[in-house]
Amino acid sequence: MLIPCPHCGPRDVSEFSYQGDATRTRPDPASTDMKAWHDYVYNRPNPAGPHREYWQHAGGCRVHLLLTRDTLTHEVQAVAFARAGLNEGAGKP
Amino acid sequence: MVERVSPLGEAFRPGTYGNLAEGPGVTLTEATPAAIAEASAFPGSTEPLLAAIETVTGLSLPATPGAGAVGDGAAVFAIGPGRYLVSGAEGLSASLQAAVALDIGTVTDLSHGRAALRIAGPRAEWVLAKLFALDFSPAAFPVGEGRATAHHDVFAHIQRTGGDQFDIYVFRSFARAFWQELCAAAEETGYEVG
Repeated sequence: MLIPCPHCGPRDVSEFSYQGDATRTRPDPASTDMKAWHDYVYNRPNPAGPHREYWQHAGGCRVHLLLTRDTLTHEVQAVAFARAGLNEGAGKP
Repeated sequence: MVERVSPLGEAFRPGTYGNLAEGPGVTLTEATPAAIAEASAFPGSTEPLLAAIETVTGLSLPATPGAGAVGDGAAVFAIGPGRYLVSGAEGLSASLQAAVALDIGTVTDLSHGRAALRIAGPRAEWVLAKLFALDFSPAAFPVGEGRATAHHDVFAHIQRTGGDQFDIYVFRSFARAFWQELCAAAEETGYEVG
């Protein structure tokens, strides 16, 4: 599986570390809604198909990436820097 | 001043080794410069950081991924967005710290944290291609440019410092193990340590 890092170009998955599901939204910290917090902390949909997730290019440029990956084929359908400001003017070497 | 000791220790054995049927294909040396520093820009400040690096080292480079430059006694290359590895003579880190304003970015002295190993010779690209999943051809990896990668969790920052020469920066504590790995990879082409 290759991940096309927007800074480094395509690199092997062994250089990356998984940083979690990017589809979750954190409840308001003041909320006491136990169901909302339980869903946020524990429940995962585990879809068979496109999934948005965070990865870090730990063995390279060390930036965090936000990518859309198909969990059936490992095809990476979209990739961008997790920090939106970095996506302006970024290109691969 | 504390005298710096090579991290390679007794693993550094000058001589020629391996398959020497066609002479040594590569030369392996330690090329740790007197000073190594990482300069990082705060978001949106890459251009002023590069201007500060140019003031100190005299080396100018574009703000593009992988960009780098090699000069007399100094080298610099990108290791991430807005992050640069700068190497040079004693006092480099202090000069960079003075040149990089507080609102532009940070400078971290890594002189005692990294070691640079140099591989040079006609088979250098071949030997490195055994260790790293990168394209080392001159078209994909021109002189001066740098790459950040890893070999089995040994992080490596690689700069092409000459037509057939690469400097590999690794964590100092990994330097001896990686040096032995480099020697093993070069057995096939024959290598000279000097």
